[in-house]
Amino acid sequence: MENKLERILPDDLMKKYDYKPFETTEIGHPIIQRTAPKVRVSDGDGKVTNDLAKIVKDNVKDGMTISFHHHFRNGDFIFNTVMEEIMKQGIKNLTLAPSSLTGAMNDVAIKAIKNGTVTNITTSGMRGELGDVVSHGALETPVIFRSHGGRARAIENGDIKIDVAFLGVPNADRCGNANGMYGEEAFGSLGYALMDAAYADKVVLLTDNLVDYPNAPASIKQTQVDYVVEVDKVGDPDKIGSGATRFTKDPKNLKIANMVSDVITNSSYFKDGFSFQTGSGGAALAVTRYLRNAMIDQNIKASFGLGGITKPMVDLLEEGLIGKLMDVQDFDKAAANSMKENKNQQEIDASWYADPDNKGAMVDQLDVSILSALEIDTNFNVNVLTGSDGVIRGAVGGHQDAAMAKMTIICAPLTRGRIPSIVKSVDTAVTPGSSIDVLVTDYGVAVNPNRKDLQEQLSDIPGINLYTIDELAEKAQKIVGQEEPLNYTDKTVGLVEYRDGSIIDSIKEVKD
Amino acid sequence: MTFKKDRLRRTMMFVPGNNAGMLKDAGIYGADSIMFDLEDSVSLAEKDSARNLVYEALTTVDYGDAELVVRTNGLDTDFFEADVKAMVKAGIDVIRIPKTENAGMVKEMEDLVIAAEKQFGIPVGQTHLMAAIESAEGVLNVPEIAKASDRMIGVALSAEDYTTDLQTHRYPDGKELEFARNMIINAARAAGIAAFDTVYTDVDNTQGLINETEYIHELGYDGKSVINPRQIPVINKVFAPTKAQIENAKNVITAIENARLAGSGVIAMGGQMVDRPVALRAERVMKLAKASGLVDKGGHYIGK
Repeated sequence: MENKLERILPDDLMKKYDYKPFETTEIGHPIIQRTAPKVRVSDGDGKVTNDLAKIVKDNVKDGMTISFHHHFRNGDFIFNTVMEEIMKQGIKNLTLAPSSLTGAMNDVAIKAIKNGTVTNITTSGMRGELGDVVSHGALETPVIFRSHGGRARAIENGDIKIDVAFLGVPNADRCGNANGMYGEEAFGSLGYALMDAAYADKVVLLTDNLVDYPNAPASIKQTQVDYVVEVDKVGDPDKIGSGATRFTKDPKNLKIANMVSDVITNSSYFKDGFSFQTGSGGAALAVTRYLRNAMIDQNIKASFGLGGITKPMVDLLEEGLIGKLMDVQDFDKAAANSMKENKNQQEIDASWYADPDNKGAMVDQLDVSILSALEIDTNFNVNVLTGSDGVIRGAVGGHQDAAMAKMTIICAPLTRGRIPSIVKSVDTAVTPGSSIDVLVTDYGVAVNPNRKDLQEQLSDIPGINLYTIDELAEKAQKIVGQEEPLNYTDKTVGLVEYRDGSIIDSIKEVKD
Repeated sequence: MTFKKDRLRRTMMFVPGNNAGMLKDAGIYGADSIMFDLEDSVSLAEKDSARNLVYEALTTVDYGDAELVVRTNGLDTDFFEADVKAMVKAGIDVIRIPKTENAGMVKEMEDLVIAAEKQFGIPVGQTHLMAAIESAEGVLNVPEIAKASDRMIGVALSAEDYTTDLQTHRYPDGKELEFARNMIINAARAAGIAAFDTVYTDVDNTQGLINETEYIHELGYDGKSVINPRQIPVINKVFAPTKAQIENAKNVITAIENARLAGSGVIAMGGQMVDRPVALRAERVMKLAKASGLVDKGGHYIGK
C-alpha cells in the first residue's frame, strides 16, 4: 500500500502489526487509554545488590522486552555489561527497546543479534556497524524506528511494554532515588529514561555511586525502582558529552548558520517571548551564537529553549536572554552542569517534551526549530535515517517532534562532497514535508510553498537568496550529476513510525 | 564570470587549485574576486592535475557575479605556458602574474595571452592581467608595471615574499609594509587600476584583521586578499558606508538626475556644485551600500 507521501509500504507487515499508513501531521483530540506498570510491593529495604547475574536470572526471561537509555551516549558501559550477562545466561528472543543505540553499544548489540539473544528492536536510531548489519538483513523482523515523542507515546499506550528497564545512573541511594546531575559520570537530564522508570514492570538501576538516603533532588524516585545494582563503572565521563563546545570554524557551517539566523530574525516569530530549539551540530550551535547578537541588538528575549541543551543555550540563559531551558537531554558538559546550577533549567521527560498523545507537549508550544537533514526532497520530506548508500546511519531523534514548531528550518549543505542533500525523492521519509517550512543551504534558501506568509517576509532581504526547492535540487544535480538508483531486496529491515504511530516509510534490505 | 573593469574588489579569495571541494564551493561566500592558485599552494607533483581541475571548474561551476582570477606559475617555470593556455581557453577574467619585477614581465605575459586568445578563438583583449608585487625590485618598479598594458586591472602586494626580500618579517603594526603599500596604491591610482592589499594570515584574530583592513581602507585600497572565507564578512563590514554617507550619496545622485532632466549642465546640491569627483564617490558609495545589503532596490537605507 501507499501512504499520503506516496511511500510504498509492505502490505503483509502493515497487516501483521496492525499499522495504519501515515496520513497527516494533525493529531486532533482523540481519547487515549494509557497503561500502567505492574508493581512488586516493597518497603524499600533490600534493593541494593552487586549480583547482576542474579538480578538478570530472576527477572529476564525468553521473549521479554528490555530497555536502556542513551544518556551516557558514547561513554555507556551499562548496555554492554547487562547484555553480556544476558548472553552468558543464554536468554533468547528478547525485544530491545532502548531510547536509542549509540556507537559504544554496537559490537555487543551485533553479537546479541547474531546469537539470537535479540530478535526484535525498537529504537530512535542506530549508526555504524550495527546499522550496516541490520540494513543487510541481520534481523528477521523489521526494526521499528520511533521519534523520542513517539517512543513516549508507545510506552504510555502499551505499544512498547517494557518488562525490565536497566537504567544506568551517576548516583542513587539504597532505595532508588537518583538523578543525572551529580557524580563522576553526570550527564544532566534523565529525560528519556524517566519514561522507562515510570512504565516498566521492573526497574533496575545500575550505579557506581551509592549515596546517603534520601538522595535529593530525585528524578527517578524510589517508588519506581525495584533494584539498585552496584557496578564498577557506569560510563566513561570523557565520552558522555563533548567537552568544551568549540564554535565551529567551518566557513560553510558558519555561512549556513548566519543565513538561518537571518531567516529567524526577519520572520514574524522573532519577537519578545519567542521560543526555539536547535540541534547539536556545528551549524546549529553557531545559529545560537548569531541569534544572540540579534537578540541583544533588537532587545528581544526568548521565553524558553527546548530539547537537547548545549552550552551556547546555557550562555543565553545565564545572560538573561532566555527565560527557561526545558531540558530533555544535555549534549555537553556545560549544559549538564548547568542543570544543577541554574534553577531555570528544568528537566523534562520525553512525554512532556514531545509526546503527541497527551494533554499538551512542549513542542506544540514551540515557535522555531532548527533541524538538520541527510536529505530533503522537493516536497520538503526529510530523511535523517539512511545514508546515500541506503544503509541505516542515523536517528529519528526529536526530528518529527520538533518539526511541529510554528517555523521549522532545515539546514543542510546543498551537497556533501559528491552526494546531493536536496533530491527529487528522499531515500527514507522520516519527517513529512508538510511540517517543514524553510530550507537553508549554503547556496540559498527555499520556503515551503504552503507558507506564503514566510515567503513574503523573507523576500527582498539582503543576504537571503530565495529559490524554489526545485531550483536548489537542480543546482545540486548540476554539480554532482545524476546518481544511480540504489538496489534493495524485497525484505523489509525497518519500519519508520510517524510520531502518531502510523507508518511513514519502510526501509529495505540493501543489495550490494 | 562577470568582468567589469570598474567593479568592487573588496575581497580576493585564494582557492588552492588542487582542492576539488573548495573549487566547487568557492562561489558561495560572496568574495568579489576568486583567485584560483596554481602556484604556491600546489605541490610540484600536482601542477598538471590542478591545472586540469581549475580548467574543469571554470568551465562547469557557476560562480555567479564573482570576478575570476588565476595565479599561474612563475614565468621562469616549466608550467607557466601550459597554465596560461589552459586558463585563457577556459575564459578566465584575469591572470595574476606572480613575482612581478618589471614591465617587461607584464609584456611577456601579454604576448603569451594574445597568442593563446588567437589559438583558442577567444576575443583578443578579453583576458585581463594583474601583477603581484613580491620584492623590493617590484615595489620600486610598480609605477611602470601598473601602466605596462591596457589589460592591467590591478596590482597586489604580497607581503610574505616581500618582507623576506627586505630582510624583515611581518609585524602586527605593519610598519615594514608602509613604503610598499604607499607605492602600490599611488602607482595603481596613477594608472587608473585597482590596488589589493596582502593577506592577513592570522585567521583567528578578527580584531587584527579589522585593524589592518581599516588601515588599508584609509590608504585608499580597493580591498584585501583573503585566505579564509570567514574573513570576507569582516572586511566587507569595514568597507561598508555609513548611513550618512549613503544618504548624502543618494542626494548627489538625485541632484545629478534632476539636472539631467532639467537639461542643465551645472549640477547643484544644497547650494554647492557637484563636480566629477563628488559624483564618482557617490556612485561608489551606492555600489558599496548595495553590496553590503544596506539599501533596498530603490536605494533606500535599510541598515540597522
